[in-house]
Amino acid sequence: MSDVTVTEAQNERELMLSTSPHLQSRWTTKQIMWFVNLALAPCVISAVLYFGFYQLLVIATAVIFAVGTEALIQKLTKKPIAVMDGSAVITGLLLGLIVPPNFSLVSTALGSIFAIGVGKMIFGGLGYNIFNPALVGRAFLQAAFPVAITTWTAPNYAVDSVSSATPLAALKFDGVSTAVGPLFFGNVGGSLGETSSIAILLGGIFLLVTGVANWRIPAAMTIGVIVFGGALWLIDPSYPSPIFHIFAGSFLFGAFYMATDYVSSPITGVGMWIYGLGIALVLVLIRVFGGLPEGVMYSILFMNAFVPLINRYTRPRIFGEVKS
Amino acid sequence: MKFKTFPGGVHPPEEKELSEHQPFEIMPLPSMVILPLSQHLGKQAKPLVDKRATVARGQVIAEADGFISAPVHSTITGTVKSIGSEPNSSGYRKDAIVIIPAKPKEGEELPEDVSMPPLDPATVTPDEIRARVKEAGIVGQGGAAFPTFVKLSPPEGKELDVVIINGCECEPYLTRDDRFMIERPDDIVSGLRLIMRALGVEKGVIGIEINKPDAIASMEKAVADQPGLSVCVLQTKYPQGAEKMLIKAVNGREVPPGKLPLDVGAVIQNIGTAVAIHDAVAKGEASLTAAVTVTGRGIRTPKNLFVPVGTPLKDVIDFCGGLTEDAAKVIVGGPMMGVAQYDLEAPVMKATSGIVILNEEDVRTQEETACLRCGKCVDACPVHLLPTRLARLAELDRLEEAEELGITVCMECGSCAYTCPAHIPLVQWLRLGKQRVIQQQRKRKANAA
Repeated sequence: MSDVTVTEAQNERELMLSTSPHLQSRWTTKQIMWFVNLALAPCVISAVLYFGFYQLLVIATAVIFAVGTEALIQKLTKKPIAVMDGSAVITGLLLGLIVPPNFSLVSTALGSIFAIGVGKMIFGGLGYNIFNPALVGRAFLQAAFPVAITTWTAPNYAVDSVSSATPLAALKFDGVSTAVGPLFFGNVGGSLGETSSIAILLGGIFLLVTGVANWRIPAAMTIGVIVFGGALWLIDPSYPSPIFHIFAGSFLFGAFYMATDYVSSPITGVGMWIYGLGIALVLVLIRVFGGLPEGVMYSILFMNAFVPLINRYTRPRIFGEVKS
Repeated sequence: MKFKTFPGGVHPPEEKELSEHQPFEIMPLPSMVILPLSQHLGKQAKPLVDKRATVARGQVIAEADGFISAPVHSTITGTVKSIGSEPNSSGYRKDAIVIIPAKPKEGEELPEDVSMPPLDPATVTPDEIRARVKEAGIVGQGGAAFPTFVKLSPPEGKELDVVIINGCECEPYLTRDDRFMIERPDDIVSGLRLIMRALGVEKGVIGIEINKPDAIASMEKAVADQPGLSVCVLQTKYPQGAEKMLIKAVNGREVPPGKLPLDVGAVIQNIGTAVAIHDAVAKGEASLTAAVTVTGRGIRTPKNLFVPVGTPLKDVIDFCGGLTEDAAKVIVGGPMMGVAQYDLEAPVMKATSGIVILNEEDVRTQEETACLRCGKCVDACPVHLLPTRLARLAELDRLEEAEELGITVCMECGSCAYTCPAHIPLVQWLRLGKQRVIQQQRKRKANAA
């Protein structure tokens, strides 16, 4: 009887042939991208909670225009429409979460179009861009709408005047420090998704535990900011403390969602450490000595540019090879 | 708790539960055996018999040709049906001797099984061990099928200090080494002692992954009163059983690219090889049976089997109840480095350790997308290459750069391709690039000469 089974397999059901390995991990590009989108949910909730329902329109606009731009460019260039991979949704969500409360929907749309068009598709689409597309969009908005992008509406539940400025600006320009409590929960002025440390950490830890985000980059950035920021703070305590560096502004959001972007970060382990530490150094320098209160965006974009170089010079030592 | 291991690697689903509790069964004689002349790395053996000759089980039917070669014995008593090209589980057709079992006519006597005289493991000399291992045609059971006596004959001047028995069985699904350790721990220890004596080494280690607790307990008991022997418990991770990774985990030494374990003082032998050496010396048995795990969700009853070498795969599959309705792929070896079969007439060979049959669900593949530069392949590569970069260079035929970045160090374990979320056939590109680089190196050498 079993002879028949084999004969059947050979004659009727063809045996599949391929070279090894015959197993593949269940992870896919699409799954990873949608995990990131899921991880951003707490930030979207905190944005609506603190700044009102309108912010959902801002975020939705950012997502719709990011996805639409990508689909349109893929259609025009006769490439397969691949927006369902979720990567354009990430860019839209990220951009929507790093603009100020009550930001104009038209400007948001323009930011998304620029982010996807110039930040991603010009380079060849997913996997080929040098810079983080959402940050490219944000940099464009910074240049195009310098006033609007730095106009901070106080959160709904603001209890004092501090919230009308961002905590970083308050410290830098007025010498007013913000307590860690509001910074942690997000009841302060700032970009939509960046004020609530707890929301960011919730999603961030999810990404680390599932292995989607590489832990080395947030670890390197945190250590870097503690070392570099801490050194300056020890010299002059009027500079922001390491704790303030971590919980104020865009640091955590940048560390977990922006700097960990696969495409624009290094592929080697050592490279990831250098990249994270480099972001932290540039960030501390901008925040402490620069003209701007915040520097997460520029420090990440700056280090993005060095990624090919970092990859080249951090090639791991081949097993058993003696370095000459 | 963390156990010893190497940096890198991947952890695919282990899938051992399908067959790990199935004791070895002895498979009955098959309808015919196909005995390839080359079941080992090196030169193929020279046939000693003609068509229609009557041969006895255990009789040498092809002799070793040169130093790196191994003899082939008939695994059944019968008649030589043909000598010529036959399907082979390596994927290529190879020369083989086909033997059909003898059907004795009335009053006719069958020739008796041939075996070698047993030797006393307590007094046997190193030269006797080597001669016996060579005569028995034993080849490495770990996959590469390197003639074992060559490994027992290290070149002059090599300082060896440890023999490591590879009980990692890091390939998913396979359980035959596990079963050997549970069922025949004393024979493994005896085989290890013989290897150590042949090499003049005082220290023996048995490396076992932590996912085989029964095997660990069994081996620890077997070495308890044995001076110089120990069990090293290792983390479950693929490819822990690769020689270089095993040495790294056991004593921290790294085998340099292009060098052998013996260059860092170690000799590795597989569990199955240790048993075969014991059987050859103490019982006088040649390499006639293969210990094979037949498993996967594509086979009706997974089993661990002793199969006469040369048995067609289909006979083994039938003995295990046949393929399931949704069987999709038949692999000889493990799923990470084994070879997919197109012809189930291909025979089980001396070094065949498993037949894994995957079903349609297991083989479902994902669409390939662009490299995300996530670096998972870089983290996974046990020899610390940049798989995504090398794959791209191989694809673009930029061989000089690939050579410079160490493509020839790749041992084709497939960890990169396994882990890639974009499902890029990384190791496949590396394999191609590596072959082409080696071709170029040969050409350069030839031109220089």
